[in-house]
Amino acid sequence: MTALPETTERKLGLVIDLDTCVGCHACVTACKGWNTQNYGAPLGDDDAYGAAPSGAFLNRIHSFEVQPDEGAAQTVHFPKSCLHCDDAPCVTVCPTGASYKRVEDGIVLVNETDCIGCGLCAWACPYGAREMDPIEGVMKKCTLCVDRIYNEALPEEDRVPACVRTCPAGARHFGDLADPDSDVSQLVAARGGMDLMPEQETKPVNKYLTPRPRDEIDVLAPFLERVDEGPKGFLGWLDRALERL
Amino acid sequence: MTTPKIDLHPKPGDRVAKTTCYMCACRCGIDVHLKKDAEGTERVAYIEGNRDHPVNRGVLCAKGSAGIMQHLSPARLRAPLKRTGPRGSGQFEEIGWDEALQMVTDRLGPLRKTAPEKLAFFTGRDQSQSFTSFWAQAYGTPNYAAHGGFCSVNMAAAGIYTMGGAFWEFGQPDWERTELFMIFGVAEDHDSNPIKMGLGRLKARGVKVIGVNPVRTGYNAVADEWVGITPGTDGLFILSLIHCLLRAGKIDLDYLARFTNAPVLVNEDPKSPEHGLLLTDDNGRALVMDRATGKPASFDAKGVHPDLAGKLRRAGLTHRSVFQHIAERYLDHAYAPEVVGPSCGIAPERIEAIAAELAHAAFDKSFELDRAWTDFRGETHRSMRARPVSFHAMRGISAHSNGFQTARALHLLQILLGSVEAPGGFRFKPPYPKPATAHPKPHCGVTPGQPLDGPHLGFVQGPDDLCLKEDGSPARIDKAFTWENPMSAHGMMHMVISNAHAGDPYPIDTLFLYMANMAWNSSMSTGRVMELLTDTDENGDYVIPNIIYSDAYSSEMVAYADLVLPDTTYLERHDCISLLDRPICEADAVADAIRWPVVAPDRDVRGFQSVLVDLGARLGLPGFVNDDGSAKFQDYADYMVNHERRPGVGPLAGWRVGEKGLTHGRGTPNAGQIDAYIANGGFWMEHVPENAQYFKPWNMAYQEWAVDIGLFDKATPYLFSLWSEPLRRFQLAAEGHGHRQPPDHLRARIKTTLDPLPIWYPPLEDGHADPVEYPIHALTQRPAAMYHSWGSQNAWLRQIHGHNPMYLPTELWEKHGFQAGDWARVTSQHGEITVPVAHQAALNRNTIWTWNAIGKRRGAWALDDDAPEAKNGFLLNHLIHELLPPKGDGLRWSNSDPVTGQAAWFDLRVKVEKVPAPKQSYPDTGRQGSPVGRGPHRVAQQVKP
Repeated sequence: MTALPETTERKLGLVIDLDTCVGCHACVTACKGWNTQNYGAPLGDDDAYGAAPSGAFLNRIHSFEVQPDEGAAQTVHFPKSCLHCDDAPCVTVCPTGASYKRVEDGIVLVNETDCIGCGLCAWACPYGAREMDPIEGVMKKCTLCVDRIYNEALPEEDRVPACVRTCPAGARHFGDLADPDSDVSQLVAARGGMDLMPEQETKPVNKYLTPRPRDEIDVLAPFLERVDEGPKGFLGWLDRALERL
Repeated sequence: MTTPKIDLHPKPGDRVAKTTCYMCACRCGIDVHLKKDAEGTERVAYIEGNRDHPVNRGVLCAKGSAGIMQHLSPARLRAPLKRTGPRGSGQFEEIGWDEALQMVTDRLGPLRKTAPEKLAFFTGRDQSQSFTSFWAQAYGTPNYAAHGGFCSVNMAAAGIYTMGGAFWEFGQPDWERTELFMIFGVAEDHDSNPIKMGLGRLKARGVKVIGVNPVRTGYNAVADEWVGITPGTDGLFILSLIHCLLRAGKIDLDYLARFTNAPVLVNEDPKSPEHGLLLTDDNGRALVMDRATGKPASFDAKGVHPDLAGKLRRAGLTHRSVFQHIAERYLDHAYAPEVVGPSCGIAPERIEAIAAELAHAAFDKSFELDRAWTDFRGETHRSMRARPVSFHAMRGISAHSNGFQTARALHLLQILLGSVEAPGGFRFKPPYPKPATAHPKPHCGVTPGQPLDGPHLGFVQGPDDLCLKEDGSPARIDKAFTWENPMSAHGMMHMVISNAHAGDPYPIDTLFLYMANMAWNSSMSTGRVMELLTDTDENGDYVIPNIIYSDAYSSEMVAYADLVLPDTTYLERHDCISLLDRPICEADAVADAIRWPVVAPDRDVRGFQSVLVDLGARLGLPGFVNDDGSAKFQDYADYMVNHERRPGVGPLAGWRVGEKGLTHGRGTPNAGQIDAYIANGGFWMEHVPENAQYFKPWNMAYQEWAVDIGLFDKATPYLFSLWSEPLRRFQLAAEGHGHRQPPDHLRARIKTTLDPLPIWYPPLEDGHADPVEYPIHALTQRPAAMYHSWGSQNAWLRQIHGHNPMYLPTELWEKHGFQAGDWARVTSQHGEITVPVAHQAALNRNTIWTWNAIGKRRGAWALDDDAPEAKNGFLLNHLIHELLPPKGDGLRWSNSDPVTGQAAWFDLRVKVEKVPAPKQSYPDTGRQGSPVGRGPHRVAQQVKP
């Protein structure tokens, strides 16, 4: 079994705005593109052009419908990847020490050379955020693009996770959630950012901003006042209005 | 525990090549990271957005990032193909390019000398229309168009006829300054990244978004308020908003008087041959009453104050201002919210509330932008007055048979609010604004062995401009620009195959298609189109004698071609995204871009445009050969640099040669131009001067800047056409005036639908398909992560959208007792399909829908036969005919907009029944042989040095 650090120096993570996410999957393929080419084994696709294609993705979008008591049903797009939990059960369950949480920034990673592909971590993760690579048989998960965020081969502005860099709507934010003054912490404070499934007591680092209220139709708001009834009355108003121009 | 060592600084590649994406029509800038593999061959390793690019500013959508898998698709064609089996079978032999090009030349050369109109050349989602049309014009056939006729011509034509520009490529909301954004009928495309980026910016500022769409996905999911309208009733809803605004006087009178034809005088005499036309002076300039003098004056005279309430009696004829017609029509109780609400499926109070919100944003939140400007009457304005309410719309309103007038209604709404080209409103992108009168008219004059007498497509101004032969029959194979659809500005590609098969208006010899999957998702009634393509005459010859097709991939249409010319992928080719074509400008900047081969093809394929350059030379077409008959251009890149459309104006505006060295806009060709583009990231951009950025149609600073840069040759300020004279001229003909007369059976329809002011009428299918028997509306939309049929060959994207159930609303779901995993038979007047269903609550109660073009024919796209796309996937197209069902009058009416001929995809009415789950979806269109085999079982995409 593997130990978690008592604390981490920083808590790097994502803040995902569900009010803004249009469910376009841009983050999904940007992630796949970067991470198949970089950290560890490529993200494989089995039966790629067949009946049941099954590939490893580190980030997926799920779409849900919400039916309020009154008013129209709503659609919520929900991107989901590893939440880099402080109390990450996927780490403590790992029999080989392959899964670990970094002390310096809190990122949860899999050391693929030590991973035996037993799948216990995927079973332990309450969010379903880990995926076994169908070709290599090693466990894959979001690395928070650890090989981008410090990467001196990239321009400084590109040192963010691939999903954040690509998000067209700007619904994904990256930063240090341990620093109350960081942009992401400020955003979480302003918008009431939430933990996903807090009852699991995993203390996720990633936060979600919930959709603002929809379809709030103010039935008491004043309608437009009529200038006059009928075309003739309207033309009378028009003459007066034109005089004032 | 020791922390494992990680490489924190991997280089994404050995070098970056900056080019333009082609995973959809958005044309974002991309950074392609190239890396050498173990053999030292450079391969594509990673694709991300170009931060400097005006379209996407660094972001990239799901399709764009998955472009690497399109580039490596197993469905890529490998060499020219000559058909060996029957059409549709997919049996081919690979041949060399010399043989392929000789076959084309041997066929098209003699045809050009005898009957060039027997070549029908149509392109699909091609982004080189100014080039392909130039080629077709040089060949001499009138039968050329691209896919606009079945896509969104209603939107483009209504915008250009009304205000000299439309949505998407023509203009955009003023994202930074708008205070309310309303979006009609937009699925997650058209355009893609810019709308998402804009919505994100609005969300960050807390600006309200209202989404009008029967389906609540994508952009409508994040809208603060969703209006789940009944399909086909958007126009009625909009006219009711106009009714509410007029009734309350919440319109911009000053703007209407200055910048629109609202004050222009209309001939009121029903007996006059000019009844309903606008009064002009001897120089043809529209006349208004001047409030200052009380006398008629030319609209653009210095110091004139046009009177919206003007009246004039002259030569015994009464004239009244357009605005009085507008008030009279839309104040009518027929447009009151309580009258139209039930038809639209919207509560009347909600219509009133939205009208109040529009007025509040436009007038109560108005502000002055501190920029002085001078208008075309010479008047200087100290500031720019904002009307911060903006709109966007797309195919949801345009793909109906009332779509042209609906789009016109939306523009009328924008203009009444004074928001077009005002800060916070809707802004044109150069080279727009450009009124319909500044566009060419359509040409159809054929002389064997000679070029056509002018450009094929354009904007008619009245019956004289129709493409009719002397006997009144259609001059074009698609019957565009005829009385059935006089203003078909983009042609009517969806009619080509059925007309060619019927030999109506005349038989053709060769159907030459590029990038248009006409045997599948780009045709109405797909199964029947497959029959038409394979039908033989009494001699056993194909009715459509010769089919040539160019595509990069093994699509369904490939199987129906006699000769296939394999195109490259988008990373292996030259292209120009040109100001002569469908440009990528922003409201504040003029821009164009290129594609260039960032990797070399590893197959015997050629970029289609270079093939056309070669064929043009082989056929000796003017513009493609020198005086001595030698080839004028080596390839498309050579054409991009050296072709001049007008002196000093070529396909690319950046880095031309001026008198004092390199310049932009006008200039002579520069041999180093493409290298300059590559060095600049694949695009050229120049900003519009600050005082020219708003009120562009009337702002002399903009007009003069546009002339300088070569967008047009002379300043052409104009008025917005709330009253559309071209429409009225067709009505006049239908009333019996003029020498060119419509056939009698069309008179009533022309009188009704070609109204010079926006109107609403029910979708035409409602008059043919019994609404009681077929009570449900059926739609498709495109997912954000998939573009047409191209996506299914992409190993990553097909894992996101490999299935397309028919989504059913709650009431229908429960009424039929559907459960998850059930199937339904969906029937229209024309056909039936049997398909998997799923429940969606956030859906108009009388509407069902599915994702477009996920379904595939077995054997196509290098997919396995049991791939879900081929087994359970389906097309709605089988339910839609290009003609409406007979209604007993002995005629077959086209399933198109009667103004523009736009395919009315979304008029479809169906009924739904639960059926036992079959083994696959129906109809079964059989399987085609694959000239490329099947894709690999496993993919692990990593370039290893």
